[in-house]
Amino acid sequence: MSNEEGYVTDDGRKIGGTLMEMKNITLRFGGVKAITDISFDIKEGEIRAIIGPNGAGKSSMLNVISGFYVPQEGEVWFKGAKRPPMKPYQVAQQGIARTFQNIALFEGMSVLDNVMTGRLNYMKSGLFQQAIWKGKAEREEVENREVVEKVIDFLEIQSIRKTPVARLPYGLKKRVELARALAAEPMLLLLDEPMAGMNVEEKEDMSRFILDVNDEFGTTIALIEHDMGVVMDLSDRVVVMDYGKKIGDGTPDEVRSNQDVIDAYLGVSHD
Amino acid sequence: MPTQLLFGTEVLLNGLMAGVLYALVALGFVLIYKASGIFNYAQGVMALFAALTLVGIMDGQVPFSHLINAVLGTEVHHFGWHINAVVSIILTMGVMIILAYCVQQFVFRHLVGQEPIILFMATIGLAYFMEGFGDLMWGSDIKKLDVGLPQGGSFWIEDNSRWLGFGNEDFYGFFIDKLDIVATGIAAILVVVLVLFSQYTKQGRAMRAVADDHQAALSVGISLNFIWVMVWSVAGFVALVAGIMWGAKSGVQFSLSLIALKALPVLMLGGFTSIPGAIVGGLIIGVGEKMFEFTIGPLVGGATENWFAYVLALLFLVFRPQGLFGEKIIERV
Repeated sequence: MSNEEGYVTDDGRKIGGTLMEMKNITLRFGGVKAITDISFDIKEGEIRAIIGPNGAGKSSMLNVISGFYVPQEGEVWFKGAKRPPMKPYQVAQQGIARTFQNIALFEGMSVLDNVMTGRLNYMKSGLFQQAIWKGKAEREEVENREVVEKVIDFLEIQSIRKTPVARLPYGLKKRVELARALAAEPMLLLLDEPMAGMNVEEKEDMSRFILDVNDEFGTTIALIEHDMGVVMDLSDRVVVMDYGKKIGDGTPDEVRSNQDVIDAYLGVSHD
Repeated sequence: MPTQLLFGTEVLLNGLMAGVLYALVALGFVLIYKASGIFNYAQGVMALFAALTLVGIMDGQVPFSHLINAVLGTEVHHFGWHINAVVSIILTMGVMIILAYCVQQFVFRHLVGQEPIILFMATIGLAYFMEGFGDLMWGSDIKKLDVGLPQGGSFWIEDNSRWLGFGNEDFYGFFIDKLDIVATGIAAILVVVLVLFSQYTKQGRAMRAVADDHQAALSVGISLNFIWVMVWSVAGFVALVAGIMWGAKSGVQFSLSLIALKALPVLMLGGFTSIPGAIVGGLIIGVGEKMFEFTIGPLVGGATENWFAYVLALLFLVFRPQGLFGEKIIERV
């Protein structure tokens, strides 16, 4: 089913062609191999999960996609073109937004300001125009504010828009981080353990938001998750990693019945 | 009104004015510290360098003239023109931006992620380099800086405050330096502009974002390098303003760079991360040291101005290490 062209999911959503392709990625930290020769693709409009036990290299993989790590070997293809080594901010400017496992928000700023930073790349007016706050700069601010307000409404955080982020509880912080990533209207949204440390209710909320984002804006989503149950419900296709290697790739059902995956999760000795 | 009270008021006013100048220098520190976590020891030297460059450009001095003359055996010193103050200030700002770019490109770009102490040491090196470079470029003699700011006591204030003495023969009205008044006004404008810039512009927002969390800033597409060059440029601008004020007051000379030391207690009072803190801290130090000298000074033989600020800072370090406005230091375990 993972053919070059798109496919149709069980619930009838049309998935497009390949948006991003990782080809034989190997990432080393000194002598330690975090990722060994992994290839997979992400298609337009799908929810793609990367799962695996602790230390499997999932976060490293996400960091390779978002440019925080540069792999020693392998190629990253985005929108049909090979991506040269890039700085994380350049990757972000290409339309890839992300959240972090241990929340990286601007603690000193309000929720609204945080989400506004997601729009920085859409503001093209120069320093001088910004300084005198006329014409283009003013128009841009208004336009971007509209997008931001839409995202804030969508994620139901209107009531805390003016609150400094440092005062928010964990679950809401996660949601604000998602809002900031969404405000960038990304082509590809990367979520690093969006449900980590949440209670059941918060997990359900977050799952609903992820599905809604995909549905409403058609955003392609790649997410890392620990919780097998949540992942199987959410995602269209799953990559399973263990000890830096890919041990499974396919629909949740295919992956569930894969013997290697079962072994990895139940802890069969590696010999 | 008794003479003592009148004199005390005058001391207070003069203290406030001096405080504004301290605050100006402290402001430069805060900007860089907030955005990059670098405690910039070179801020004072930057003020000196800016003032030297300004004088050099205004007087049409040939940069590196001593070096050129020594190597080529020529006798060039001046281009023979004088440049208008406003134009010179703009040109000097250009030089400060180039300097900011070089500092980032050749020094701090290579030190990203290093320990704060390493970054601090780098700024000490930078301070000595710039001091020597400034000397080499413009010569080490004391220069007069005249950008047309008013000087001397304000007769208007003196004349119009004389009635406060109510016939007291010893009181001739308040003596307040015009330059101090101008400096206060300029510092106030500068602070308002900086606050507006950081709150309401795209670049200001990016600057605050970088100050808050580097990783998060990268993930929304902000180039750290660009922001750091910008911050050093803004700090260079603040240094230029401070350099003009101090230079106009006491001449452009090496001792100008020592005002950085006066900014240290200001920062300890106001907190290293707060722009309003730098202002309030500066005022408290300015007023505090003048009032202390006025009231307690005679009892202990004077010269308290030299140490008062540091003792006050020491007390703050003991009882409120984050300063008046600094972010509270809470370590979650």
